[in-house]
Amino acid sequence: MLLIRCPYCGERPEVEFHCGGEAHIARPDTPAEMTDADWASFLYYRTNPKGLHAERWVHNHGCGRWFNALRDTVTDAFVQTYEMGAPRPDAGNASSTATKAA
Amino acid sequence: MSQPFRLPGGGRIDRSKPLSVTFNGKRLEGYRGDTIASMLLASGSHLAGRSFKYHRPRGILTHGSDEPNALLSVDWRPEKGAGRRDPNNRASVVEARDGLSVSTQNHWPSLETDIGVVNDLLAPVFVAGFYYKTFMWPRSFWDKVYEPVIRRAAGLGEAPEVPDADRYANRHAHCDVLVVGAGPAGLSAALAASEDGSKRVMLADEGFALGGSLLQDVTSKIDGQSAAEWVEAAVAKLDARENVVILPRTTVFGYYNHNHVAMVERVSDHLDEARDGLARERLWQVRAGQVVLATGSHERPLVFENNDRPGIMLAESMRAFVNRYAVAPGRSLVVATSSASAYRAALDAKAAGIATRIVDIRLEQDCGPELAQARSAGIEVLTGHTVIKALGGKRVKGLVVAPLGNGGAIGTRRTLDCDCVGMSGGWTPSVHLFSQSRGKLAFDAELDAFLPGQSAQAEISAGACHGVYDLKAVIEDGAKAGGGNITVEATASFTGFQPVRVLPTDVDPGKVRAFIDFQNDVTAKDIKLAVREGFTSIEHVKRYTTTGMATDQGKTSNMNALGLVAGVLDRPLPSVGTTTFRPPYTPVSFGALVGPARDELFDPVRKTPIDAWAEANGAAFEPVSLWRRAWYFPKAGEDMHAAVQRECKAVRTSVGIFDASTLGKIEVVGPDAAEFMNRIYTNAWSKLKVGGCRYGLMLREDGFVYDDGVVARLAEDRFHVTTTTGGAPRVMAHMEDYLQTEWPDLDVFLTSITEQYAVIALQGPNARKVLEPFVTDIDLSEEAFPHMAVREGYICGVPTRLFRVSFTGEAGFEVNVPADYAESVWKALYEHGKQFGITPYGTETMHVLRCEMGFIIVGQETDGTATPDDLGLSGLVSKVKTDFVGKRSLTRPDITAEGRKQLVGLLTKNGQEVLDEGAQIVADPSAQVPMPMLGHVTSSYFSSNCGRSIAMAMVKNGRARMGETLWVTTPSGFTEAVVAPAVFHQVQGAKADA
Amino acid sequence: MRRFSISALLKEAANGHQGWERQWRAPEPKKEYDVVIVGGGGHGLATAYYLATVHGITNVAVIEKGWIGGGNTGRNTTIIRSNYLFDESAALYNHAVNLWEGLSQELNYNVMFSQRGVLMLAHNHHDVISFKRHVYANRLNGVDNEWLTPEECKEYCPPLSISKDIRYPVLGGALQRRGGTARHDAVAWGYARGADARGVDIIQNCEVTGLQRHHDGSVKAVETTKGVIGTKRVGVVAAGHTGVVMSRFGLRMPVESVPLQALVSEPVKPVFPCVVMSNAVHAYISQSDKGELVIGAGTDQYVSYSQQGGIQIINHTLDAICELFPQFTRMRMLRSWGGIVDVTPDRSPILGKTPIPGLFVNCGWGTGGFKATPGSGHVFAHTLATGEPHKINEPFSLDRFRTGYLIDEAAAAAVAH
Repeated sequence: MLLIRCPYCGERPEVEFHCGGEAHIARPDTPAEMTDADWASFLYYRTNPKGLHAERWVHNHGCGRWFNALRDTVTDAFVQTYEMGAPRPDAGNASSTATKAA
Repeated sequence: MSQPFRLPGGGRIDRSKPLSVTFNGKRLEGYRGDTIASMLLASGSHLAGRSFKYHRPRGILTHGSDEPNALLSVDWRPEKGAGRRDPNNRASVVEARDGLSVSTQNHWPSLETDIGVVNDLLAPVFVAGFYYKTFMWPRSFWDKVYEPVIRRAAGLGEAPEVPDADRYANRHAHCDVLVVGAGPAGLSAALAASEDGSKRVMLADEGFALGGSLLQDVTSKIDGQSAAEWVEAAVAKLDARENVVILPRTTVFGYYNHNHVAMVERVSDHLDEARDGLARERLWQVRAGQVVLATGSHERPLVFENNDRPGIMLAESMRAFVNRYAVAPGRSLVVATSSASAYRAALDAKAAGIATRIVDIRLEQDCGPELAQARSAGIEVLTGHTVIKALGGKRVKGLVVAPLGNGGAIGTRRTLDCDCVGMSGGWTPSVHLFSQSRGKLAFDAELDAFLPGQSAQAEISAGACHGVYDLKAVIEDGAKAGGGNITVEATASFTGFQPVRVLPTDVDPGKVRAFIDFQNDVTAKDIKLAVREGFTSIEHVKRYTTTGMATDQGKTSNMNALGLVAGVLDRPLPSVGTTTFRPPYTPVSFGALVGPARDELFDPVRKTPIDAWAEANGAAFEPVSLWRRAWYFPKAGEDMHAAVQRECKAVRTSVGIFDASTLGKIEVVGPDAAEFMNRIYTNAWSKLKVGGCRYGLMLREDGFVYDDGVVARLAEDRFHVTTTTGGAPRVMAHMEDYLQTEWPDLDVFLTSITEQYAVIALQGPNARKVLEPFVTDIDLSEEAFPHMAVREGYICGVPTRLFRVSFTGEAGFEVNVPADYAESVWKALYEHGKQFGITPYGTETMHVLRCEMGFIIVGQETDGTATPDDLGLSGLVSKVKTDFVGKRSLTRPDITAEGRKQLVGLLTKNGQEVLDEGAQIVADPSAQVPMPMLGHVTSSYFSSNCGRSIAMAMVKNGRARMGETLWVTTPSGFTEAVVAPAVFHQVQGAKADA
Repeated sequence: MRRFSISALLKEAANGHQGWERQWRAPEPKKEYDVVIVGGGGHGLATAYYLATVHGITNVAVIEKGWIGGGNTGRNTTIIRSNYLFDESAALYNHAVNLWEGLSQELNYNVMFSQRGVLMLAHNHHDVISFKRHVYANRLNGVDNEWLTPEECKEYCPPLSISKDIRYPVLGGALQRRGGTARHDAVAWGYARGADARGVDIIQNCEVTGLQRHHDGSVKAVETTKGVIGTKRVGVVAAGHTGVVMSRFGLRMPVESVPLQALVSEPVKPVFPCVVMSNAVHAYISQSDKGELVIGAGTDQYVSYSQQGGIQIINHTLDAICELFPQFTRMRMLRSWGGIVDVTPDRSPILGKTPIPGLFVNCGWGTGGFKATPGSGHVFAHTLATGEPHKINEPFSLDRFRTGYLIDEAAAAAVAH
């Protein structure tokens, strides 16, 4: 069972959390203007990387807050958890979609 | 049976506490401190079981949890009746206790005479993987003949037949250092880690006595103390430290992510008297800051013909039986070895007065100081000898050995008569938990073993599992792992061994049955066959031959198998791969893993504040998500149908009272509450007036209906949202997700109030009359309080949010009151309502009534693939809003395509016939299979108000099919039904919205 | 290929089994193949087999980064059934069951397909409606599936508790008698042997690292750790690692990879006659020919390639098993393990074209791919051979995520695969 550091509460066992999938996929501002393919890409297509992965978690049996985490999907080790809205720690300029919601 | 093989003195048994157990119906005697294995040996018998495939007689191979052969069915408390027997217990670790009833397994008619041994005669046919090559013809015979026969032959013990009479416990713990294993390394590590008192230390050991290998060490001195004294002192020190928890009988079986370690403690099976309610086992889940693995090592058997005969055991186990249990495993012993450590067993046996000889595979010059010691003790040692085979059937009678000459030549055979053999092919560090922690193993050619390499978690290995075998080094390694730094003086251990895979023989190896995996009956030949057939990865070999897959998970066999495969392929051992170790280290009972999560604690039942009243008033209940809800209220002599019809009538003619407390309730509060609602729901909310209610529809982002419910606006900045019963948690999560992650700019708070408010629905023409006397501060008149409105005031003096809503079509109210007052308010309403014939009704009547009106239930009419338009609810989808969750998906090509299923009503031709919910609908029942299907029935009831059956269905192009006759499946065929609008009842008089 | 038979076995028994040959060769890759299949699991090997036997295309390589059958093929709970709700799914899985029924004979390899019946338990009103919907739909689709009362469930599976007093009492069940189990490893080995005998090269310990394309964008070659291999058509059948392989080819996929755990008990004498699935309480159980109770657990909630999940998943599954079979609490877990399953948004597989001409994909089987192995291989071979999907896999296109033509069995029925 993972040990997850909630940015607000500290380390807690995984059973207190729910994983919300890949992070930094901002909901588009104007969905109506998107093509079906682009909309499908937003809805369904995921990076699913073998290695570092930014993902969303919510401390739903704790403080109830959402946050992001950078985790290695091979070792399951967390590199860092960080507040919603903060950029991906290792992102640099790589992720252009990472700004809004996130 | 008496104890003819019990040694007169010594051992760690308590001779003042004699005991007896029943073994296959006979009495077996021993002492506290014995295991079943040592008691059996004390009686002079080695025969303890039959092997899996060939039913060969098998004895006791080991003294620990790696035992593959001696598996017993144990009834732990036969005096207490059924429910405490389980199969496949290892005799070598079952702690002896007065009254245990044990029996051997996998034989018929008896252990001594087993018909199954015929398989042994067919061994030339029953080789590895033989079943893949035959049993294919005739085709039907696999299921009917071959497989049942194979299944009966396979398996070991008998599964328990009756529910378990014991209970199990579960405990979570944290510590700074968890030490696994209380041998010399583990004790030393625990001492070091706990010394300054700043760290919480846990020490767990699978055995019932602490000390590990020192328990059978009667010769070593540590800092001047005997091994026993050193252990005793160490344990006493640890015991005295408040920061240390010592857990004997506790197997660490799983090493999971982030130092989450699972262990099982055997709590009461060993107790003479276990008080009622004491758990049998306890699952510990420990989150450790640091883990010290001091798990020791496993001895390797030697691989030679008939190496599986009863009486042949591991050399260190022989030593344990002599020293720890004071048992002579035979009168005439031979120790066969390629390892120095086995000399200690021989010396100790000799010292105990048992005739002992040594056969060493190693050449004279490759042996260490152990050789001279043995000879000076008067032990005959044959160095440079191989073991050709063992003699004897149900008990070893002798070993045929021969000298190894130059260039592989084998000299003249010689037979050593004996009744017990101790063998050692060297040692394999127990790296199971290290591997489970995902640490990388590294092969050490010198030690011929995989050792812990790069760690993946906060963990460190010490002692034999770390490849350190000399006692002094082991203790110092343990201390280092525990964060200390000590030097001890200890007797030098006999270490070092020469790896051997299969012992050289002078006969055709293709005819020799030399066992690698004892329990699964895998021979060296089988492994060679697998390699010949192209199974060259060790994982393939394992799966093809089943080596290493028995209940011991290959603890004694894996390295021999690996080495053999590497040898046959002439490749370096690591290139063949190592098997990955998975939890559990040793088998763990389901009960321990389940813990208290049984019966009422399996999944908690949610009950409403009205539940007790419903139960007292004879309700039948049904489970709805986690809740139990009143289903219907049968009167004496009524069945469900009669009760529901009566309840339905009552609501439409007078008044019914219904517990709707399970509805999900969420408060959406804040300056941006209306904007938030606009984005989450398909409807528009800005224009909903304070005091008004509106039915809201919610989609997932993919456009499919997610939930629905009535929403009340209590203030400009406050909405009281209701959700479906099952949907409450996920709707709350859905809203929070969007609010926090997509729209953090919105100033809104969400609060779940499902538990805080109970909901009492009063429905029917007399609803208002029942309510009126109790309500204050609210004008209940039709004009002041119309349908789809909400008012706040008091009922019975209790604050209420009173909704004028209806899920029945009748005039109705839903009384929201703080949960603690709900039962008293309910009772007041019910008492007063009696003059109107008030009728409590349950979920079934609620379903019928709403179906009569054509109201959908999300999850019944919808199934996660329905859009608002499919349900005829496109009117609820705002055309004005530019965006809301799910809007974009509604314009995808397939969502707007022709031919989607649409919600309609269905009326059977025969009004008495009630369709099956889930029944499929076709246009032509005589069409060929696969038959084109048009849709399915989603809801179906007999409606007394309509005087006939009614149904709702999702039908392709349904709205264009009004009046069309379709065919609906029945259990035996089809029946006709006509497509109709999904509204079946016309409310008379005071309607909901009148 | 030397045929397996009882007479061959007896003959070899007399000569110490020295005469058996390799079941498949260990060739070095050639410079070029007509088709390269990435992934040597059951689906990939079956695809190669049917390419050779049905379409006569034998210049085929199966590239496997580890050892064949080492992924989900060798890690699943071997349940086989076809009682799916949607027409599209029923056609696909029933195609597979039809092939399963003759597979041992077809391959001359005993895959031990055992039609012991798959019983799916209903524990609430919603389950009852859902399973009846399945039963009726299956009947019209020619798929066997029948509704059993609780008493009939008990008769079919005597260890089952149908007590009314348990937390989620059994209200009935849907039984597919043609369903059952098979020996998972044997499926991979049998297909491998059959394909190899017809000329297919099975290349183990070889990882695909990239894709080379022609100027028009079409497939030219795959790059591997054993060199560049030219080909016009590539079929990616990499299960949990599909996302990884496709990302090396420059494509994102609508899949996520999560750990799925399973466990077996110690072996015991026959005690469990069929397969029982209970979605409401998350439990799947059968007994293997060796005597182990084989129990499927749930998935972990996060993306992971670690083949290891948390113990809480195992605990939860056993809670459910012991609720339905209370006599099993004294049984012991012998082994637990994890596989990496690739899950699509609608829990149905993707079988067909990709945006790259010549590149095809077979993935997204989630937790239920084993049962489809023969059918999947058969229609995917058709797709690779002709460049177009077979009628059966046409609906399972990647494009459905654009159009919204989802085949969402899970949403429709709350039934895991």
